[in-house]
Amino acid sequence: MSLNIVVLAKQVPDTRNVGKDAMTPEGTVNRSALPAIFNPEDLNALEQALILKDKNPGTKITLLTMGPPRAAEIVREGLYRGADGGVVLTDRALGGADTLATSYAISAAIRKIKDFDIIIGGRQAIDGDTAQVGPQVAEKLGLPQVTYAEEVDVKDGKAIVKRRLENGVETVESPLPLVVTVNGTAAACRPRNAKMIQKYKYAVSPSEKAKLEEGRAKVIESRPYLNIKEWSAADVEADPQQIGLTGSPTKVKGIVNVVFQAKESKQIEGKDAAGLEDLIKELITNHTIG
Amino acid sequence: MANFYNDNPALKHHLNHPLMRKIVELRERNFTDCEKFDYAPFDYEDAMDSYEKVLEIAGDISGEVVANNAEDVDKEGPHVVDGHVVYAEGTKVNLDALVKAGLMGISLPRRYNGLNLSLVPYIMAADIVSRADASFVNIWGLQDCAETIYEFGSEEQREKYLPRTCAGETLAMDLTEPDAGSDLQAVMLKATFNEEDNTWRLNGVKRFITNGDGDIALVLARSEEGTRDGRGLSMFIYDKKNGGVKVRRIENKMGIKGSPTCELVFRNAKVELVGSRRLGLIKYVMALMNGARLGIAAQSVGISEAAYREALAYAQDRKQFGKAIKEMPAVAEILATMKAKLDASRSILYETTRFVDMYKTYEDIARERSLTPEERTEMKKYKHLADAFTPMSKGMGSEFCNQNAYDAIQIHGGSGFMKDYACERIYRDARITSIYEGTTQLQVVAAIRHVTTGTYLEQINDYAALEYAPALKPLQDKLAAMTKLYSEAVEKVVSQKNPEYDDFHARRLVEMAGHIIMGYLLLGDANRTPELFTKSANVYVRYGEAEIARHHKFIMEFNEQDFADSYKAE
Repeated sequence: MSLNIVVLAKQVPDTRNVGKDAMTPEGTVNRSALPAIFNPEDLNALEQALILKDKNPGTKITLLTMGPPRAAEIVREGLYRGADGGVVLTDRALGGADTLATSYAISAAIRKIKDFDIIIGGRQAIDGDTAQVGPQVAEKLGLPQVTYAEEVDVKDGKAIVKRRLENGVETVESPLPLVVTVNGTAAACRPRNAKMIQKYKYAVSPSEKAKLEEGRAKVIESRPYLNIKEWSAADVEADPQQIGLTGSPTKVKGIVNVVFQAKESKQIEGKDAAGLEDLIKELITNHTIG
Repeated sequence: MANFYNDNPALKHHLNHPLMRKIVELRERNFTDCEKFDYAPFDYEDAMDSYEKVLEIAGDISGEVVANNAEDVDKEGPHVVDGHVVYAEGTKVNLDALVKAGLMGISLPRRYNGLNLSLVPYIMAADIVSRADASFVNIWGLQDCAETIYEFGSEEQREKYLPRTCAGETLAMDLTEPDAGSDLQAVMLKATFNEEDNTWRLNGVKRFITNGDGDIALVLARSEEGTRDGRGLSMFIYDKKNGGVKVRRIENKMGIKGSPTCELVFRNAKVELVGSRRLGLIKYVMALMNGARLGIAAQSVGISEAAYREALAYAQDRKQFGKAIKEMPAVAEILATMKAKLDASRSILYETTRFVDMYKTYEDIARERSLTPEERTEMKKYKHLADAFTPMSKGMGSEFCNQNAYDAIQIHGGSGFMKDYACERIYRDARITSIYEGTTQLQVVAAIRHVTTGTYLEQINDYAALEYAPALKPLQDKLAAMTKLYSEAVEKVVSQKNPEYDDFHARRLVEMAGHIIMGYLLLGDANRTPELFTKSANVYVRYGEAEIARHHKFIMEFNEQDFADSYKAE
């Protein structure tokens, strides 16, 4: 069966390649010093959507991202890999949102998208690491949710999801539509495709289009698939009280710079079972295990 | 996030050579494809932007996937199961990534699902992939064979095989046999025509076949019974789907261990004839080999790049006597010379590629309409230059690659002799480049006539007549003096009128021409992008000057009697 899949993706600062300018003296992330990238686990989620599309011809993948207008780049990245279209949810009023306000705005945008069988995103974003937005979106839309997913399949109108848990894997079944959040251990996303990048490199949102020279703007007129949707808070009929800073109960009280230091180590000698036993005893005593 | 295109500004420099505008405009036939294909460019700027974006994908996959798998691929290698090749795990992952990225059939026309990219970005992708894993580029780079099907196959064959190449099926060229290596005229694999079912069948053995179990293979076989030379050989396409070929074994090689080098047994394998009978070796294989040689030249540059980077990183990191070893003049000189050889071989690689691209594109246009007299003259000029430059680029590039791999180990010292560092694999991988697709000695055979007929000298004079920045004047003067010595040496050898004596000095003469040509090319590079190439131009011209002086002295003080007395095989 052909599916409608919404992939939730976030543009994040690349915190994996942290240089010396990565933090401001105040202890907040210096976003200008870090390249903006596609949140890694959202790429894992996109791959699951693309696998479903491979298996179910006619499937349509829509990327949904919330952020500043430049987040249109995330939609393009998705198009280069095989997504069919995308929406940038962008509005100054949406800025400064915590997970509650974010999931509210995203769920409003999903309601506007209307047709969906699966909403899928990464487990968490590398800038906040909360893992809350996906589950909150599910709650707000009243949908079942499956987290820590590694493989997603659809059979007989139901989703079959393999979950990666601490002590093994679990396979669960869920009715459609549902929300899935994908673990970083799932298949890596396929690369950008040479044809797709040539086809979609001029895809722009309305605010980007306004800045283009006339010739290129005309090209985009003649090719409707090059238009990336851009929605404001009003477009998705969001309640102004529930979005952005106003809608965010989380308040940052203070930020402390923590420096990790190695504690003193202890070496346990011995190459036999007795040595192993000593090691285990030690680990139990200091509560590493047990 | 390693990206082997973005981290190497020399590539962008070569991609944006002034001749590219003409190359792209010819290849895109005034940009008419964009009406039919949503991924075709609108204009030159659009095309170049696409080239960059495609190379960024190649650079990303090479840096993030292929390079990380290289060590495991080298250890694991491919193996044979039930007469077929199973690649190393890492090789499968690499291939899957490049196929999904659509980097197959890069230069094939769009109507067969290709990307219709110029040869320059195609060769650049090969350069980039080789830096990551030289063994892998052999499998990926055999998409070259599809060019031969495009050039010489029927429309039916093109429609059958080219879209499959673009979709990711791998290829092979089955040429050599146990008794037919460099001398392909000795090929014995038997092709017989069966009147009953109107098909050709192959029987016999092929040996040293890279990716011999590929999905589609071009096979050279003897179709004319009773013949013994090259004129009895024809070219066939074998489709693995039809069966009839088994892999008997995979060679246990010194390097490029991830690339399966196969011994193949053909038992009544059904095949299709390509083009006309009897033209297999004399026309089609010659075209195929020229493409393959350019591919090995690219592979050599990629390995050279890897060797240089490993050496530089180690020399920065390794401290002895209280400082990084790169601070010591002896080590610094090795590094500077490695970089100069790398830059020189890359410069001639892309010069050659542009020549090939120009004439091949004209040839392709000639399939659609007749060329104007000016176009025909230009096509001939570039074909001639491509003929002269391809063996030089492959021959000298692969020797420099070997020298750089040797020096990379030298810089690592004792650690380089251990299996712990990448330079050890690079050293083994480099070794084949000056052997396969024609040894350096055979490249010299192909190149020497361009010494004696003056092709190189004419081109050198053209380079000398170009405008260079005043700061480069001292190097220009050196190159002029080197050219004088070269001409004297050529005159001395040619005046002996002794073919054996010519052959004896051929390599020296070709190398002399090569040093001057690469010197001028680096001068041009330094002129266009001084911050990237001035240092290498300085180092290379000095190096070439010393080499030329050495060869000149040897040739001028040598006579036929010396040859007869001391250099003939016992």
